[in-house]
Amino acid sequence: MIAALLIVFREILEAGLVVGIVMAATQGMPRRGLWIACGIAGGAVGACIVAGFADIIADAAAGAGQELFNAGILLAAVAMLTWHNVWMARHGREMSRDIEALGGEIAAGTRPLYAVAVICGIAVLREGSEIALFLYGVMISGDESPLAMLAGSAGGLLLGVAVGVMLYRGLVAIPTRYLFAVTAWMIALLACGMAAQAIRFLAQADIVTALNRTAWNTSWLLSEGGIAGKVLHTLVGYTDRPSEMQVLVYLLTLAATFVLMRVFGRAPDAPGLAKRAAATAPR
Amino acid sequence: MTRGDMARRALLLAGLAMLAAGPARAQEAAYTLTIAGNRFDKAELVVPANKRIVLVVKNTDKTPEEFESNDLRVEKVIAPGKEIRLTVGPLEPGRYYFFGDYHEATANGYLVAK
Repeated sequence: MIAALLIVFREILEAGLVVGIVMAATQGMPRRGLWIACGIAGGAVGACIVAGFADIIADAAAGAGQELFNAGILLAAVAMLTWHNVWMARHGREMSRDIEALGGEIAAGTRPLYAVAVICGIAVLREGSEIALFLYGVMISGDESPLAMLAGSAGGLLLGVAVGVMLYRGLVAIPTRYLFAVTAWMIALLACGMAAQAIRFLAQADIVTALNRTAWNTSWLLSEGGIAGKVLHTLVGYTDRPSEMQVLVYLLTLAATFVLMRVFGRAPDAPGLAKRAAATAPR
Repeated sequence: MTRGDMARRALLLAGLAMLAAGPARAQEAAYTLTIAGNRFDKAELVVPANKRIVLVVKNTDKTPEEFESNDLRVEKVIAPGKEIRLTVGPLEPGRYYFFGDYHEATANGYLVAK
């Protein structure tokens, strides 16, 4: 039971942290709860489908299907996270002004939160499919008491969600003026970590073979296998033995995010934006 | 199944077989681990250091397992009765811990690069 709790907790932790950050990063946007809930639900359904077809996915692309699938959805998440940051760089300031002025909801002018829903969906999909396979194994193995294992799994799920909620609570306690600056950094680092992880899958599939030596080893200091290591792995992409290519891709993603936020983040030239700026100015 | 379907399927299979037997796979020596009863058949597997190797992991159990190693930077689900191939390294000489994510208490071992 404790084993099941730990396994499910470890898997769900990553999804919980991602959703916690995304919730904080969309503070005040209309109907964000609905978007995020749809993302999570879609991810959960997708996880069961992926688990059901695990066999077929694994055999695809000459046995590299799993790696390509994982790398693909990770890179999609990186793109969505970066897009969110660029959008926020453009609109974040007026949004926090709106939140402070109106005390919560932003009146108008936000975008549909597709990107945010997709990010949450992917986080749940990745971890959820592993949980589904684990539970399937528990159900058919019959050598341990399935009820106790399921109870443990439910406990792990609740704990993982609780950590996500705690992170969210902690983040939204930050004064609104600074909140979006903090979440922008967190989302950027989340994206860098996911990009580095995508590279790990591509190296495993023998697709990216360059610079595959270990850049450094900090497993003596903090093991990636433990809970603290896992949390840092999710939040900032901590890896105790990254490959040189992973380090390179991590830094390139960070640099690219910074440049994109600089280039596309300023100059609100759209007429709608100018009007809105004018409308909010007198307050 | 029509004849067209069969021909298409045969062609697909031939294509996949050719992909699987591609030159990238042929160069590296393969080392095999087998999972049975949620355990690996070897507590230690010795492999050569400083070159890329192929690690084959067979799952003979009726339940899925996820082969995982942070030391080797790999994680891959193995369906019941299936095997996976992973390209690993080049490894510095040393001991690399691996485990089955779903049964780590029993399914664990070390890859020893020499």
